[in-house]
Amino acid sequence: MKITIRNISAILGSCLLLLFVGCNQNGNGSGALGSDIAQRVYVAPGEHDEFYAFVSGGFSGQLSVYGLPSGRLFRVIPVFSVDAEKAYGFNEETKPMLNTSHGFIPWDDAHHPDLSQTNGELDGRWVFINGNNTPRIARISLSTFETEEIIELPNSAGNHSSSFVTENTEYVVAGTRFSVPVPQADIPIDEYKGKFKGAMSFISVDQETGHMDLSFQIMMPGFNYDLAHPGRGKSHGWMFFSTYNTEEANSLLEVNASQNDKDFIAAINWKKAEELIEAGEFDVMPSEYAHNVYDESTHSATSTIKRQVRVLDPSKHPGLVYFLPTPKSPHGCDVDPSGEYIIGSGKLAAALTAHSFTKMLDAIENEKFDGEAYGIPILNYDDVVAGVVQQAGLGPLHTEFDANGNAYTTFFISSEVVKWKLGTWEVLDRQPTYYSVGHLMIPGGNSRKPFGKYVLAMNKITKDRYLPTGPELTQSAQLYDISGDKMELLLDFPTVGEPHYAAGIPADLVKPRQTKIYRLEDNNHPYAVKNERDTRVERNGREVHIYMTTIRSHFAPDNIEGIKVGDKVYFHVTNLEQDYDVPHGISMIGANTSELLIMPGQTETFIWEPKKVGVWPFYCTDFCSALHQEMQGYVRVSPRNSNIQLKWSLDGD
Amino acid sequence: MKKLPLTLIFTAVLACCLASCGGGQSKIDEIKAKSFKEPADPMANWESNHGVGPIKAFELPATIDQELVSKGQQVYESMCTACHKVEKRFIGPSPKDILKRRTPAWTMNMILNPEEMVQKDPIAKKLLIEYNGSPMANQNLSEEEARAILEYFRSL
Repeated sequence: MKITIRNISAILGSCLLLLFVGCNQNGNGSGALGSDIAQRVYVAPGEHDEFYAFVSGGFSGQLSVYGLPSGRLFRVIPVFSVDAEKAYGFNEETKPMLNTSHGFIPWDDAHHPDLSQTNGELDGRWVFINGNNTPRIARISLSTFETEEIIELPNSAGNHSSSFVTENTEYVVAGTRFSVPVPQADIPIDEYKGKFKGAMSFISVDQETGHMDLSFQIMMPGFNYDLAHPGRGKSHGWMFFSTYNTEEANSLLEVNASQNDKDFIAAINWKKAEELIEAGEFDVMPSEYAHNVYDESTHSATSTIKRQVRVLDPSKHPGLVYFLPTPKSPHGCDVDPSGEYIIGSGKLAAALTAHSFTKMLDAIENEKFDGEAYGIPILNYDDVVAGVVQQAGLGPLHTEFDANGNAYTTFFISSEVVKWKLGTWEVLDRQPTYYSVGHLMIPGGNSRKPFGKYVLAMNKITKDRYLPTGPELTQSAQLYDISGDKMELLLDFPTVGEPHYAAGIPADLVKPRQTKIYRLEDNNHPYAVKNERDTRVERNGREVHIYMTTIRSHFAPDNIEGIKVGDKVYFHVTNLEQDYDVPHGISMIGANTSELLIMPGQTETFIWEPKKVGVWPFYCTDFCSALHQEMQGYVRVSPRNSNIQLKWSLDGD
Repeated sequence: MKKLPLTLIFTAVLACCLASCGGGQSKIDEIKAKSFKEPADPMANWESNHGVGPIKAFELPATIDQELVSKGQQVYESMCTACHKVEKRFIGPSPKDILKRRTPAWTMNMILNPEEMVQKDPIAKKLLIEYNGSPMANQNLSEEEARAILEYFRSL
C-alpha cells in the first residue's frame, strides 16, 4: 500500500513537470529555465529574431545579414563583389554598379557598415558601407536589401576611415587611409613628406531618394587616417578621425610609423566647412570618379563619370580642423551617445584616452595650443583629456556604448572585451573572446540611442573553435548578453568572409519597410514585356533580342528557331508573378555568364553567344512549383549561312 | 486490482495536462474536421459554394456594365493570360461560361485568395489536382480589379 502511494506521487510529480515544460513554448522561461544560455539564443522555428545585424564581409566584398540573438544567416547582400548566385555584376542590369574610373572591378574589401539616422536615432532606411581598395561608398536599401548606389572617391586610397553617418544622415563621411600625391603625379616615393595628402570626403545624401553626391573634400596632411566617428548631440557638426604615421614614413611603417609618442585625433568642424562651401571659399579640382545608380523602376543601373570635386585646404581656413594629441597610433575613434567623449584607442598603448568635447571647445576658445602641423593647430593634450582608462588590456581597438553610461572596448592582443564606466574610467568587467577580437557592435551603438542588450564581438582567428576545414578557417562572431552587471557569452557563430564591424538595428524598424514584389505596372525596363502576348524575338544584324516572360511554370516563348552561330543573343526575361517569394531563374547551356534570378515583376538580361550548331536547352534554376522540372525550353542554333527564319512559340501558338 | 487505479490516475492527469495547454477545444475541432465528409463530387454543389476569402455571396445585377468589362479585359490580359486563354484550356481552365459552373463570389475568391482556396475549398482542391498541381498564382489584385475581371468573364 505504501509503495502504491509513493508511485502515485511520483507519477503526479512527473506529470506536473510535463505540464510545466509542455506549456512553456515561447522561450521566455523564468526561474531555473531562465538561466539556460541555449534558451536565450534559441529562436523557435517560425519565430523572428529581435535584431538585424549587418555584418561586413571584409575581403568577401559583401554584407551579410544575420538575426540576433540566434546568429542565423538570412542573406548575403552583394555590394562590391560579383555574385553569380544573384547575377550581381553578371547580368546587364547590374554590371554598371561595379564600374570605376579604372574600369569594371569585380571585387573590393568591404569594412564598416553604418545605418542611416534621423535626430541621432536609427531610422531603418539605408545601410552604407565602404569599399577599401578602390575607394567607394555603397548605399543599400533596407526595403529591397539591394545595393542601390555606389560612388567612387577620387584622391582617396585605402578608404578605411569610412563610412560613418552623421546624425541626420546629412553626410556619409569617408576618410582615406593612405596619403597619396594629390593630384596623382609621377614623383619619387621618398618625396612623400609634404607632397602626399589625405582626402576626407563628405558625401551628401538626398533625404528622399538617398542619392549620394560628393559634396566636398578636406585635404589633410599626409598622415594615415584610420577610423572615424561623427559627433552627436552637443558635438553634432564635428567629425573625428584617428591618425597614425604622423611620422610620414613611406617604408617599413611597422617600425617607422611607431616612433611618435602621440599621434592625433583630427577634429573637423563640418558645419564650418559647409559655410565655406556656401561662401564659395573652395577650390575646384579636376578629377575622375564613377557614380553608379540602380533605378528600381528600370531594374537597371547606370554609371556616370564625374569630372570635378570641391576641395578645402585646412591650412587656409582657421577653425576648420584641430588636432587632439592621442597616445600611440590610435585605431578606433569612438564617440559616446551624449557626444561628450571621444575615445581614442592607442593600439600600441596600454591605456585608453577619452577626450572631452567641452574641454576641446574651451581649449580652442582660449587658444591652448601646443604648436601646429601644416598650419593646423595642435591642442594641448592636458587641456582636452577627460580621463584615461588605465591598464585595461593589451591592444585596444574599438569601443561601443550602451544606454547606461558604460563603454565596451575590444583588446586584440589580450583577446577580450572590457566593460568600463564613462566618467569614472574604472574597469567593471572583462570577458575573453576566441580569438583576437577586432570590432564589436551594440545595436544602435553609433547613435544617441543604443539598444544595449547584446554586444557582438568579431574575431579574426578561430583556430580550434570549430570543425577544421583545412588551412583556411572561418572567422567568427560572438554574442554577449550585456543586460546585467557582468557580460555573459551566449553564442559563437561563423561568419561570411572577415567581418570588420557591423551595424545592428531592432527588427521592428526594418520589417514594416519591406518590398515584397515589384509591381509590373511600375516596371519601366526598356526590354520588359508585361504579358505573354507581347513576347517576341527580334533580330538587328547579329544581335538578337528575346523578350521573354516567366510564370509558374513555363517560359514564353519556350521554342525559338532562327538563331545562328556567331549571334549575340540577349535574353530579356520578365517575371510576371505578382506574389511574394516567387522568383524564377534561367540559365542557358554554354552561356559565359551566371544564371539570372528574377524577382516578381522584375526584368533581367543575360547574353548568350552560341558557338555550336544544335538544339540547346534552357531551364528555370529556382524551384518554383511542383512543375518546376517542366519549366524548360529549346533554342535551335543554325549555321551562320542558313536561311532559317526567326520563329518562336509556346505550345504551338 | 493494483494496476487499474494507476492507469486511471495517469490518464486523468494526462487529460488534465492536455486541457491546461488549451488542447481540449482544438482536439474536438480536429475530430470534427476529420469526421466531416466531402460530397463525392464537390462540383455538384457549386451553386451553394462561395469559396473561402474576402468576398461574401452576392447577386450580380441583371445587365452587364460595359465600362467595367473593358477595364476587366485590360487587367485580365495583363495579369492572367500567361495561364488562362479564352479559347482553350491552357495552364488553367478557360474562363468562358464560368458563371454556369461557379458562383460570382467563388470566382472572385479564387482570384484574390488562391493559396487558401486550394487548401480549403473542395472545388479548388479538385481543380488543383485536375490541372497537374499547377498552382493558381496570386497576382495581388484589388477587389475592384477582380470584380472587373468577373464582369469581363460575363461578356465572353
